[in-house]
Amino acid sequence: MRRAITVRVVGPLQWIVYPALIAIAVTVLLAIPFRLFGLNLPEPVLPIVLAFAWPLIRPSMLAPLVLFGLGLFLDLFWGGTLGLWPLSLLAVYGAILLASNFLAGQATIVLFALYVASTGFAFFLAYMITTLSLGSAPSILAVLGQVVPTLLLFPLADWLIQRFDDADVRFR
Amino acid sequence: MAFRDGPFENIKVPLAWTAAVVVIVGIIGAVMLLLGDSRQSRNVGGYAPVRAGFETGAAPVGGVLSAPVRWTGNAVDYVKGYFFAVSENRRLRAEIVELNAWRDEALALKNLNGRYEQMLGVKTEPPVPMVTGLAITDARGPFARSRLLNIGAAKGIHVGNPVLSEHGLVGRIMGAAAGNSRMLLLTDVASRTPVLVERTDARAMLTGDGSGSPRLDYIRGAGSVQEGDRIMTSGDGGGFPRGLPIGVAAKGVDGTWRVKLFSDRSAIDYVRVLLFQDFSQLADQNALNAAPLASLAAAPPPTPAQAAAIQDVATRRAAAAAATAERVRAANAAPPPAPVAAPTPVPARTPTAAAARPAAVRPATPQPRPVAPRPAAPAPQPVAPAPDAEPTPAGAAE
Repeated sequence: MRRAITVRVVGPLQWIVYPALIAIAVTVLLAIPFRLFGLNLPEPVLPIVLAFAWPLIRPSMLAPLVLFGLGLFLDLFWGGTLGLWPLSLLAVYGAILLASNFLAGQATIVLFALYVASTGFAFFLAYMITTLSLGSAPSILAVLGQVVPTLLLFPLADWLIQRFDDADVRFR
Repeated sequence: MAFRDGPFENIKVPLAWTAAVVVIVGIIGAVMLLLGDSRQSRNVGGYAPVRAGFETGAAPVGGVLSAPVRWTGNAVDYVKGYFFAVSENRRLRAEIVELNAWRDEALALKNLNGRYEQMLGVKTEPPVPMVTGLAITDARGPFARSRLLNIGAAKGIHVGNPVLSEHGLVGRIMGAAAGNSRMLLLTDVASRTPVLVERTDARAMLTGDGSGSPRLDYIRGAGSVQEGDRIMTSGDGGGFPRGLPIGVAAKGVDGTWRVKLFSDRSAIDYVRVLLFQDFSQLADQNALNAAPLASLAAAPPPTPAQAAAIQDVATRRAAAAAATAERVRAANAAPPPAPVAAPTPVPARTPTAAAARPAAVRPATPQPRPVAPRPAAPAPQPVAPAPDAEPTPAGAAE
C-alpha cells in the first residue's frame, strides 16, 4: 500500500509577506522611546536582511514591490527624506539579483562577506543622498551606530536563505 | 488550435528578467520621490498630507506600545523614591538652601532689570503660551532623528514651534496633523539653530549631524568659545525666542566644537511645545495692517454741539470761497484803462525802425487773468551772490 505524500507548498506569503510584516512590527517596536542606564534601543534597518536574502532564494516580481513599500514605510515612520530607503533597498536587491547565479550555494562565510558589502552599499547610498539633498554630511560614528546592529542581523538572513532556498534550477 | 500548441509554446520570459524590470521601475520611482521631496521645504511640498495621514495612523500604535514602557518607568521611579527617600530628602534640603540665595538674587535682579527696561523704553517679549505633550515614537538613526508627539494642530501647534524638555531645548515642530505632530530633534542632520555663547555673546550655528552632540558651526570671533560655556538660542532669524537653554560647549573627538545637550540628562518623554512662531506674532498685526485713516470710520458719531460747530465751519468756508470767486469774476469783467496819448509828435516811421520794434498785437477783448494762489507767508528771497565773490569751481567741494 502506497502512503500519501504530503506536499507542502511554499508560496510568496511564506517567504515574502510574513517576513515583511515581521520587519515592520519589529521596526515599530524598536521605535519606542525606551531608555535604560542612558542607553536607547538599537535601530537596525531590518529590510536590508530581506533585500539581501530574497534574490538569493529566488527571483520574484513581488519582492521588489514589497521592498519598495518597506522603504517607503521606513521613510514615513522615521520622518526621513521620501525615497531614500526605497532606492537603497532596491539597489541592494538589484545588485544581488544580478550576481545571484554566482552566489548560489556559497559557504556561509562568503554570504556574510557579501552581506557586509550589501549593507555597506546601502548605507553608502543613503549617506550620499542625505549629504547631497541636505548639504550636510551625517556623522560617520552615527552611521556606524546603525550599521553595526544591521550587520548583527546576518543570522536572520542566513536562516531565511537556508529555509526557503529550494535550489530549483528553473529559477536560475 | 490551442495557444499552447502554437509557435509561442516554448517562449518563456525568465523570472529574473521580469524581477529586474520591476527593480528598475522601482528605482525610477524612488528617484522621482527623492527629487520631489526636500526636508527643508517639506511643509510646503506635496507630501505633507501623505506624511500627516501616515502619522495619524502610526500615532495610536506608538501610543499603545509606549504606554507599558511609561508605566514601567513610573513604577521604577516610585520604588526608587521609596527606598532612597532619606538620601533624597537630604539632597533636596541642601539644594533648597542653595537655591534660596539664588532666588533672592534673581528677585533683586528682576526688579532692577524691570526698572532699566522702563527707563530705556525697551519693548520686552510677551510670555509665550505652552502645550504639554508626550513623545510616542522615536527615530534615532543617522539620517533622521525625530519624534512623534501626541499633540497636534488641534491644540494650536504650528510648524516651527520650539519644543522643550524639562532641561532645555529639544527641537522644533516640522509637521502637524490634527491630533499629533512630528518634532525634528536638534541632532537631526537637517537641523540648524542660531545660538549664542552666554559668556561672550558670540553667535554660532548649531548644526545637527545625526550624532548625540550637534556641531557648532560659523562661530563668530576667535577664542569666543571655551569648554563648559553655556549655549542658548540667540533668537536671530525669529525662529526661536532668545535665551532657551541648549547645553554646554565641549570639544569633539574630531576637533570641532560640539554641544552636550541638557536634554540628554533624562529620557525625552514629556515635552512642552512653545506656541511661538516668529517675531511677527509679537506685533499687533491688525494695527500694522490698518489703513492710516481707518480709525475715522470707526469713530463715534459727533455730539450735537460738535455737529453744529462742524456745520458752522463748513458754512463759513463755503461763503469765503464764494466771495473769493465773485471778486475774481468782477475783476476779470472790468474794462481795461484807456491808453494815454503821447505829447510829442510821432516821428515818421521808417522801415528800419518798424523792423527794429515790431508792434505788439493787442487783443480785441481783455483776457481773464489767471488767479495766482496767494502764499500764506512771503516767499524767501533768493540770496544773490556778492559782486566780489569768486565763483565756486565745480570740483571744489570734492
